[in-house]
Amino acid sequence: MRYLPLTEADRQAMLAAIGVVGVDDLFKDVPVPARRDAPVDLPFHAGEMAVEHRLTALAQKNLSAGCAPFFIGAGVYRHHIPAAVDALIQRGEFLTSYTPYQPEVSQGTLQYLFEFQSQVALLTGMDVANASMYDGATATAEAAAMACRVTKRAHILLSGDLHPHYRSVTATALQYSGLDVEALPPDPLGSEDLIGRIGPDTACVVVQNPGFFGRLRDATALAAACHAAGALLVMAVAEPVSLGLVKAPGDMDADIVVAEGQSIGNPMAFGGPGLGLFATRDKYVRQMPGRLVGQTVDGDGRRGWVLTLSTREQHIRREKATSNICTNSGLCALAFTIHLSLLGEAGFRRLARLNHAHAVMLAEKLAPLKGVRLLSQTFFNEFAVALPKSAAEVVEALARRGVLGGVPVSRFYPSYPELDGVLLLAATETTAEADMDALADALREVL
Amino acid sequence: MAETSRGLMLEEPLIFEQDSPGLCGVDLPEPPLVIDRLGGLERQEAIGLPGLSEPAVVRHYTRLSQKNVGIDSVFYPLGSCTMKHNPRINEKLARLPGLADIHPFQPASTVQGALELIDLTAHWLKTLTGMPAIAMSPAAGAHGEFCGLMTIRAALEDRREKRLRILVPESAHGTNPASAAACGFTVDPIPATARGRVDLAAMKAKLGGDVAGLMLTNPNTCGLFEDEILEIAEAVHQAGGYFYCDGANYNAIVGRVRVADLGVDVMHINLHKTFSTPHGGGGPGAGPTVLSAALAPFAPLPAVVHDDRGFRLVEHAAQSGAKPCGRLKGYHGQFGVFVRALAYMMSMGADGLRQASSDAVLSANYLLAELASELTPSFAGPCMHEALFDDRFLKDTGVTTLDFAKAMIDEGFHPMTMYFPLVVHGALLMEPTETESKDTLDRFIASLRGLARRAKGGAAASFKAAPVHTPRRRLDETAAARTPVLRWRR
Repeated sequence: MRYLPLTEADRQAMLAAIGVVGVDDLFKDVPVPARRDAPVDLPFHAGEMAVEHRLTALAQKNLSAGCAPFFIGAGVYRHHIPAAVDALIQRGEFLTSYTPYQPEVSQGTLQYLFEFQSQVALLTGMDVANASMYDGATATAEAAAMACRVTKRAHILLSGDLHPHYRSVTATALQYSGLDVEALPPDPLGSEDLIGRIGPDTACVVVQNPGFFGRLRDATALAAACHAAGALLVMAVAEPVSLGLVKAPGDMDADIVVAEGQSIGNPMAFGGPGLGLFATRDKYVRQMPGRLVGQTVDGDGRRGWVLTLSTREQHIRREKATSNICTNSGLCALAFTIHLSLLGEAGFRRLARLNHAHAVMLAEKLAPLKGVRLLSQTFFNEFAVALPKSAAEVVEALARRGVLGGVPVSRFYPSYPELDGVLLLAATETTAEADMDALADALREVL
Repeated sequence: MAETSRGLMLEEPLIFEQDSPGLCGVDLPEPPLVIDRLGGLERQEAIGLPGLSEPAVVRHYTRLSQKNVGIDSVFYPLGSCTMKHNPRINEKLARLPGLADIHPFQPASTVQGALELIDLTAHWLKTLTGMPAIAMSPAAGAHGEFCGLMTIRAALEDRREKRLRILVPESAHGTNPASAAACGFTVDPIPATARGRVDLAAMKAKLGGDVAGLMLTNPNTCGLFEDEILEIAEAVHQAGGYFYCDGANYNAIVGRVRVADLGVDVMHINLHKTFSTPHGGGGPGAGPTVLSAALAPFAPLPAVVHDDRGFRLVEHAAQSGAKPCGRLKGYHGQFGVFVRALAYMMSMGADGLRQASSDAVLSANYLLAELASELTPSFAGPCMHEALFDDRFLKDTGVTTLDFAKAMIDEGFHPMTMYFPLVVHGALLMEPTETESKDTLDRFIASLRGLARRAKGGAAASFKAAPVHTPRRRLDETAAARTPVLRWRR
């Protein structure tokens, strides 16, 4: 067993030093009925070759995105990840360290997290960002809870254009907290009236930009209405590449911004792990969940970094903490920050423009098809179309033709028959024009 | 900053301080010309990201990495975190395109291997613990706690019983009370005995019709197995409550203890601890949560099911035939972490996992025995996979647990966990894991004995000055909190 360095002689010497006969003596506190005397009914140890063979066989049962024309988004996006990102995050000093509790031997982690926080603040147009949450959905739930702490109110209003998983995670997480989560019906056309539903107990309105159905929104007026009523505006961003082209939430006066950072630097990996981004205004920082890295000096007066404001956190405050989060998404944050550093201002802007241009091209190729109706008049890299038949069946038919042709909205909203024909389609910088033509051809056959 | 590098003592400015405006480390094609669909919402101002070439970026992060220690570079006995070796085959397999480059919303017919992998990982975890059901979606330990408590809350609602009090030992990790509070429970602390275990009589006295259950870490945070666990579980069940076991310390008992036989209703498993997925500087982790038959119907969605047409996902309550407590995370859980954990479990096998737990416990007891002469163990052994000491051996030396930890850095080790658990004074919690050689353990023992003797010999000043062999000396955490600087500004 290649991961176990103790020899049988070592074990005997250690048992002798402890003063027991066998290792079973060390388990004497385990009640007899719960002890196992023999290995469980699972395969015995295996070498690298055997394990690689088994998992490669499982991998080969999947159609990977690179092997098909691919147009799926809905909160997880396929982008090109520069080779340097993956090489750097696999450095053992990053990969095999933990939460930087001992700052003198963790300045690497602390400095990249400080840089990450700065990048997230810049991207979102906010004052301050934390060192990451699990994903966009859990970050949204945390933001809603934080808004209730800040405003001392209990009503949370979720837009129908917010990602359905962000909505259900928020509703689940807060269902026993005494808060009132109101989720408006799915809103593919942007017709909901959020301002009219803000009441005296409203803690926050949660909207997404670009919306789940693709539409772009200027939330400035909504923010003003929230603030006039003493509520906060929480903005979710499921595709942060959009921030290279679309007006930032901070410039629309949002109070809390949450996002899914996967699409910068991280593979889709079947949806996990993700990377929750969380940013807010300076005045709310002490109500923030999650770890924060701050700048300080060492005993010689040299600049350095530490975890800070930890009196918000569970290891100090226990049941009074702002969140129960401990382990977060450090390595995904590292991939994000390296990718963004490689892109820089010019590269990030260009990446966003490429995404948008490809999505516009795709929309222009599909809109003329018989039966296809574009629902999103504005969008970034993803839009909704209405089809004359079940989008779920269309997607299955496309898959049989080797095309991964978007996500049927009915997958999220099976109890809304009026959405059965709605299909979400995304394009990124990885989407080739030939792939778009393949989708258009396949759709022509299927519709 | 005007610091200068000397040899391997590297100084590295912030990435923002290395800006060459216009430079870019990624060559992207010029976007095709289109009429935009932004509706006038184009971002106008510069974002403020620095421009760098690829070599500059690679050097920056490489130099940052050299200011860190990890398991790869040092012995890292950080108690309660299980810093064991992270095999690289796990990393290689997680990057196979068929596992990394797949989307959570692909049609099920195109991701049969991924669904089978989740199911297989679940099978291993259920078989190892003997528990009948599992929720795979929790993202980390604290999230698994939240999941477990949420299922308890849902089960109680289903029973139409209003039980809002949760018993939590004072020695518990801070996430336990924080998770309980997030589920709307009130936390009632229970004291420990002089043996470092739950005070059974005191706990029984707190039971009643308003108690939802007990959250108990076992092996506990003092590194001890709760030897009255069967009586504890029985008392909780008799009072109508559920028994949540915090599985943070599961590495001590894998393959040696059948969790189901301890009377556990729900337990989370930290894949990033027990099953060797990398800690990554603070995540990502994964916290799959095993459930008893009583709590299984309330497990959150999604769930992977298998029938004659293959594997598929159940994503909605109406399709589940159960009473799920909702959805706790986007998509289908920490899939990339599952791949690594499954590769590890397959590599170790039923025999290897049992040997790993045995060696982890053996190594901790070896530390406990060999350090007892110079340090002060808090409780009599045997311990499980962690050895707990307190600061009585430092009494009147002027050296604190913090000073002692910082001096360990200069000896070439990552310090143990300090000041946790809270039930002993100045705690030093050491978890060697099974992946350290006896030679490493012996060097560590010799170092710590030497440090203890030095402390007792009146060398407090040198402890206060530690560490010195690090990129930075002790950092001023008070100043950082008093005037927070949380981001770079031009």
